[in-house]
Amino acid sequence: MEMSFNELSYWMGMEEAKLMGVKCKECGAIYLPPRPFCVQCYKDALEWKEFQGDGKLIAFTSIFVVPKSMAEQGYGRDNPYIVGVVELNEGVRIVGRIEGVDTKRPETIKIGMPLKAGFPKAMEAGVSKAYLAFRPA
Amino acid sequence: MSRTPKLGRGVCLVGGAMSKFGMFKGLDYKDLFAQAFLEMLDSVDNGLNPKDIEALYLGNFSSDFFLKQSHLGPVLTDLLGIVPRPAARLEGACASSALAFRAGVQAVASGMYDIVLVGGLEEMSKRSTEEVTEGLAMASSPYEWKTGFTFPGIFATIATAYFERYKASADDLFAVTLKSHENAKLNPKAQFGVTIKELMAQRAEKAKAKGQPVPSWEDERAFLSDPRVNPEIAWPLRLFDCSPISDGACCLLLVAEEIAKGFSDTPVHVVGLGQGSGYPLYLKEDLTQFEATKQAAKEAYAMSGLGPKDIQIAEVHDCFSIAEVIHTEDLGFFAPGEGIKAVNDGLTRRSGPKPINTSGGLKCKGHPVGATGVAQVLEIWLQLRGRAGERQVPIADLRVGAAHNLGGTGGTCTLTILQKKG
Ligand SMILES: [Zn+2]
Repeated sequence: MEMSFNELSYWMGMEEAKLMGVKCKECGAIYLPPRPFCVQCYKDALEWKEFQGDGKLIAFTSIFVVPKSMAEQGYGRDNPYIVGVVELNEGVRIVGRIEGVDTKRPETIKIGMPLKAGFPKAMEAGVSKAYLAFRPA
Repeated sequence: MSRTPKLGRGVCLVGGAMSKFGMFKGLDYKDLFAQAFLEMLDSVDNGLNPKDIEALYLGNFSSDFFLKQSHLGPVLTDLLGIVPRPAARLEGACASSALAFRAGVQAVASGMYDIVLVGGLEEMSKRSTEEVTEGLAMASSPYEWKTGFTFPGIFATIATAYFERYKASADDLFAVTLKSHENAKLNPKAQFGVTIKELMAQRAEKAKAKGQPVPSWEDERAFLSDPRVNPEIAWPLRLFDCSPISDGACCLLLVAEEIAKGFSDTPVHVVGLGQGSGYPLYLKEDLTQFEATKQAAKEAYAMSGLGPKDIQIAEVHDCFSIAEVIHTEDLGFFAPGEGIKAVNDGLTRRSGPKPINTSGGLKCKGHPVGATGVAQVLEIWLQLRGRAGERQVPIADLRVGAAHNLGGTGGTCTLTILQKKG
């Protein structure tokens, strides 16, 4: 199947353990997640760009009251999970889960800490799906 | 150079009311809108014949998800007995009814209609907390909610960025919560019309009645620091930092300026109207401000010829305590990083120089998301007309107030400036 520069491809990239964004061949702008055209120069001369997944933590939270989909995966008040904003070395930011840290003691997590992307899998509505999770580098 | 946005002709607010906000087992959204509508009719000084309403603009976020009901427009015109007048529902997450207000103002300003009803409603409490959490998260960017961000989670993330930059902590947000409760105590329509001190006494009373060990706290801050009564929702935000799940409705009557005196002895003019859009978290250059608010403020200030210093009171969108602090900075009331000091210094209390959220805010008045935007405007209208009862601000020459509404995680923000002239 032809991969389009869109959200679908972003999530499909994760299944192959890849963090996929795009680069504008015209002006060099890079985007993560991918988007259908360049919003700097408005040309649609895009190409795929794989991001390395190294970066640092910008901001985060530990979620104790969870949505239904996460409750079904066993998360909740006694088992919170962490999500955050990560700035990648390429200069763009992305949201992802933060793992390998103490979710019940979020005050021990330091903004600015170096992180590395991984792509673990979780069961969602009976289907195994990869997701973006950063761990301390 | 962009031109200054302006209204084609003057628009006045001449009536308005809200239902009680809360969690209602035996009432649905139609009942609540009916409450608001009937009280609105009473609020029009010289009366309104409902059959003269020419159009309805309604804000609602998610009746589709929460109630499995879409297409609310005709349900409401039927309820109000104004079929076949046109009705439209507008959606902008928690800013839905600010968008309805805006559409109503534009319809009158353009000369299309003279008399327009603007409303908002939401019914949420019959869903589980998990379902509501999921429903609200749908108003964030797809990459955010699919990553596991909740609404509280997004604002909690913003809070960590704010605390890191301005060397503040979650305990500094207690001042916002204490103020909200203090104000809501004076608002009979509020969901939580009770002070923290009273809540402490209630807890002790309850334990005593059940024969359990009676809890005690040194003061309100100790109470808010106690995880048994104030548990984490999304660290660093706790239960008392968050607005509740609410049902409620509110409506306002807008008319053309040239006929306003026929309805009201003291019409209030809509002088500023602004709206902006904003980025999801990962595209924001600065997590400690909302670009949509700044755009809305820029438009509304330009249209009105007024600035932040001219705004005597304001309702701002305190879906979470940290949000109130940031809005007071984005609207230009306080410098970046100073909002947290301002609330702790009491500057935004009802008796302070810049009263913020005299209604009790979303935190205590309640936050039926689709009704919130118009309910904020209602509070300013009541205050400007001296009809806010016990919570009337002690400002002698009160003429200008503003209502700031935020949708989703800052994707949509509005600012409405009202002025009493003459
Ligand atoms: Zn380009």
